[in-house]
Amino acid sequence: MNGVHDMGGMHGMGPIQYEKNEPVFHARWEGRVLALTRAIGAWRKWNIDAGRYQIEQIPAADYLRMSYYEKWFTRLVELMVKHGLVTHAEVESGKRAKGSPKATPALTPAMVAPLVSNWKSATGRDVRLAPSFKVGQRVRARNINPPGHTRLPRYARGKLGTIDRDHGVYVFPDTNAQFLGEKPQHVYSVLFAARELWGAEAAPRDSVYLDLWDDYLEPA
Amino acid sequence: MTRRGFVTGAGAVAAQGHGHGGGHEHEHQAVPSDLTLRVKALESLLVEKGLVDRAALDALVDTYEHKVGPRNGARVVARAWVDPAYKQRLLTDSTAAIAELGYGGQQGEYMVVVENTPKVHNLVVCTLCSCYPWPVLGLPPVWYKSAPYRSRAVIDPRGVVREFGLELPEDVDVRVWDSTAEIRYLVLPERPAGTEQLSEDRLAALVTRDAMIGVAKVTVPKAGGQR
Repeated sequence: MNGVHDMGGMHGMGPIQYEKNEPVFHARWEGRVLALTRAIGAWRKWNIDAGRYQIEQIPAADYLRMSYYEKWFTRLVELMVKHGLVTHAEVESGKRAKGSPKATPALTPAMVAPLVSNWKSATGRDVRLAPSFKVGQRVRARNINPPGHTRLPRYARGKLGTIDRDHGVYVFPDTNAQFLGEKPQHVYSVLFAARELWGAEAAPRDSVYLDLWDDYLEPA
Repeated sequence: MTRRGFVTGAGAVAAQGHGHGGGHEHEHQAVPSDLTLRVKALESLLVEKGLVDRAALDALVDTYEHKVGPRNGARVVARAWVDPAYKQRLLTDSTAAIAELGYGGQQGEYMVVVENTPKVHNLVVCTLCSCYPWPVLGLPPVWYKSAPYRSRAVIDPRGVVREFGLELPEDVDVRVWDSTAEIRYLVLPERPAGTEQLSEDRLAALVTRDAMIGVAKVTVPKAGGQR
């Protein structure tokens, strides 16, 4: 979707605000939101692409106003309701609905350490699929404007680039985010000259690399 | 209840929290009195429903606060500086080489390390959200996830790093890595001159998070000084 989250190349967002010795969390609730999101994620009711898509659907003005973990909190509630883990009434009252079954947590304390040491990705796919493009090949990023989730940023659409490396096979976010299938395909690092993206004013030797799926590209 | 019911209120307060710089906490303190309560209520509900285990939540918070962070990445960089064979492996199969030091896991399943040289400078961003190599750098700082950095890193990388105090000469190629898929990027900074005698541990202590994102270089503090 052509949302405000797709902000590469925009102006007017102000100076970068750097904080020295920044803490990992600025308040206790931020850490709890992260932990809740991971722990509920272990129920595997949705996937990482659906999670990103949910944040993208926060209305633009709110998206720009809200802090990072506030967006995470909003996403968590919305996804849990959508997938039947809680109801809005329960969230508002803070009380379990009468007669609702009690579950057994999907994420146990013993499962936490492996999350940060040897977690197997949910997005790479170990399948043999012929790549559509070769390293060194010239390609054009398609000019697509899907209303749903996509990881092809607007600033690269229609632009010419070169396949720099083949990362292997991954699930396709555009369909996966909406539970329309994994559609696994090759992802490539694609090199775009800064001048191709931004015009003659850009520094002549600079470049931007994007990781793009087969379906985002066409031969040039 | 509509989505707006959840997002109004706290968001409106955050909007007034701009000028952080020194007063960054201001934004975060101004927001949450409401969120503190709402998150606490949600946690209680989820525990009551048996959906989450409070001890697992505690372990998660502890992990991200204390067990992962840029010290991990710094060890990878220092090893690459002192061990050419390791550096070679790091640049050709980054995920495996990082795993040799015991680092891996969520948001670091597919790693690519890009090397800075006198003629090439790399900068990492995620324009679409906040993708970042958690196992080696920990959770991203607020500025990395913010609109100003995400919007400008791709169109004006030289201006962006200048805001961090780094001036890149014209004859240096700037390569920006926009993390649009599940591959995560770590910059291997240049080893600073005059560090030939330093041990691997001392070298690791010089390596900063910012240098591994590409908004800074690794420098040696002035004699006797501690940065």
